[in-house]
Amino acid sequence: MRIDAKGMHFAALNGLIRDSADGEIVIDNVLGQRYIAAGAAGRHIVVRGVPGNALGAYMNGCRVDVYGSAQDAVGDTMNDGVIVVHGSCGDTAGYAMRGGRIFIEGDAGYRVGIHMKEYGSAVPCIVVGGRAGSYLGEYQAGGRIVVLGIGSEGRQCVGDFTSTGMHGGKIYVRGGCIPADLPRQTEVRAVTDKSELAPLVRDFCTCFGFDADALLADDYFMLVPSTAYIYKTLYVNRPD
Amino acid sequence: MNETYIMPDYEIVRNAERCVRCMACVRLCANGAHIFDEKRGVLTADDSKCVNCHYCVANCPTKAIKIVRSDHCFKPSANYTEDVIKDIYRQADTGGVLLSSMGTTKSYPVYWDKMLVNASQVTNPPIDPLREPMEIRTFLGKKPETVKYRADGRLEAETHPNLMLKTPIMFSAMSYGSISKNAHIALARAAEELGTFYNTGEGGLHEDLYQYGANTIVQVASGRFGVHPAYLNAGAAIEIKMGQGAKPGIGGHLPGSKIGEDVSRTRMIPKGTDAISPAPHHDIYSIEDLRQLVFGLKEATDYKKPVIVKIAAVHNIAAIASGIARSGADIIAIDGFRGGTGAAPTRIRDNVGIPIELALAAVDTRLRDEGIRGRVGLVAGGSVRSSADVVKAIALGADAVYIATPALLAMGCHLCRSCHGGKCNWGIATQSPELVARLDPDVARERLVNLVTAWSREIMEMMGGMGINSIEALRGNRLMLRGIGLTQKELDVLGIRHAGE
Repeated sequence: MRIDAKGMHFAALNGLIRDSADGEIVIDNVLGQRYIAAGAAGRHIVVRGVPGNALGAYMNGCRVDVYGSAQDAVGDTMNDGVIVVHGSCGDTAGYAMRGGRIFIEGDAGYRVGIHMKEYGSAVPCIVVGGRAGSYLGEYQAGGRIVVLGIGSEGRQCVGDFTSTGMHGGKIYVRGGCIPADLPRQTEVRAVTDKSELAPLVRDFCTCFGFDADALLADDYFMLVPSTAYIYKTLYVNRPD
Repeated sequence: MNETYIMPDYEIVRNAERCVRCMACVRLCANGAHIFDEKRGVLTADDSKCVNCHYCVANCPTKAIKIVRSDHCFKPSANYTEDVIKDIYRQADTGGVLLSSMGTTKSYPVYWDKMLVNASQVTNPPIDPLREPMEIRTFLGKKPETVKYRADGRLEAETHPNLMLKTPIMFSAMSYGSISKNAHIALARAAEELGTFYNTGEGGLHEDLYQYGANTIVQVASGRFGVHPAYLNAGAAIEIKMGQGAKPGIGGHLPGSKIGEDVSRTRMIPKGTDAISPAPHHDIYSIEDLRQLVFGLKEATDYKKPVIVKIAAVHNIAAIASGIARSGADIIAIDGFRGGTGAAPTRIRDNVGIPIELALAAVDTRLRDEGIRGRVGLVAGGSVRSSADVVKAIALGADAVYIATPALLAMGCHLCRSCHGGKCNWGIATQSPELVARLDPDVARERLVNLVTAWSREIMEMMGGMGINSIEALRGNRLMLRGIGLTQKELDVLGIRHAGE
């Protein structure tokens, strides 16, 4: 199915997608329509243009290819599937993501991967090709975030307050520019074993045509929480 | 200096004549307050571990135990009271933020108790609800704003998804994690039997409870625990939690110690890690952003389910509610500051927010003034303690109420306010399997059904007394209320007149 979304309201556009039985859907002239592929499963959706907020929110197993940049809340609370953005994206990509993968070719805004979850084999992953904004991985409870910083070599490619409140999961960052303001409960480690990182970087390169071997040859550091109980010592029980 | 010794608040008194030394109390107390000293052969107690939950009292076969307030005292002062002194010691010892459970214990005004309900005499006579039909069924959600006649003369109106409640009482949000699975099962079964709804809270929905989906409100909070398409579609409505009356501006932290295998799977976070739902939704900074979340949820559920936005009662509540009514939400739930909680910083619980009665009246007035009251259903919660409170809430403008503390009490809670310890002897606010097993979900279900059935009958009695036979005629009918002992300002905010006027 091919849809021309020019001038179309999001409710009409998403209604067409929901009502279509087609597995392959191409949407042309997308300009800010929200919630494309929200809660959807089992489709391959190609978006040409700039989708609006909450692309693939609660998504449950589609593949979405965006030929353009995306706005805020890409893959919000996404459960499964793959979102590939051939451009940059706005804030809170992958908020509370529970599974699946998001690949952003360019930069990502604030609060990427915050509240990401993880349970058993459901390990959500986000790979950002360029830079990520402040509060990357805030309250992260699980999952993997990779920031490659392509084009920002020699400079810090993550913003301020990275991993604030992180208590699970891992953040991989290419290069050696470790932020100076990391919170106390985050531990920085050099990445010596790239077996978990390599398939993510290779999948990213397959999407966008970068040289995986060259990227993987570089140094990476990893942020992990030093405790799963960030508020353990904060409170004193009052018998009342 | 060593840690300050704080005298226990309660003493365990054992009647030696009645006690048969069966040791049930020693075996049953999860806090280890009852001790058998084998060396001396004496049954004794550690008062400092007693939370005054009455589990031993209720289960002592010879009724040999009672718990009394300790008469040990500091020098009396109306300013530096015992509580104030002890809290200072606790914080000097630990440097910790004080943590409490359940609603505030401070003596703020309870406006429910300062309002009186009307009854008919002579003209517009009372109605006998035992003999005549009395309608308390409530439809909760957005109402049609326009009605047109079609060419064939039939009515045409836009319709919106509404919840149908057989009684205007719902069980408010309590998460799986903060309360036990058996407590959730009891709430779900009671809601099903009563034709009303219970609320999952922010901890997701256990797979065994999907079968009660038609009577379930699923909650989405900032941590998005257990939120996925099947969960959203399982419930009859979706509630976005923006705030909670007991802790406005504060989120939820379920400690890792309460995240066992089942809670871990339901919340979808690794076992043993903290579950953190901070106060802000980091994607909501405006009514427009809230609208984005409301419509995102509607898109994900094909516009089939009403979306509730739950907020704590705070100072600018009327303006906030007006914004929410314009966000596309179908229902606003307002939670007053005397409401309960599984854990809240004590100072927040006891000092932040406003009473539900004032908040509800202010919101209903504001939405009416702006002509948008019909766009949303209004649910009031946060210390609704009896059917009289329900009647007064509806007369102030609520469509329905949320109750939680009365539901816990019905299931056996003795309001010991120690939920945050996680060792609830009654099997409610705990994840310990042997304690959870003490709560029989079907006994608890029956007690919940009894409670709400009794309240519903009382509501009908009071409505009948007022000469009203439909709950819709009571909603926002503030002429049915009069204030007693209130200032003119309080009467103005409540929108009611004084008794005798």
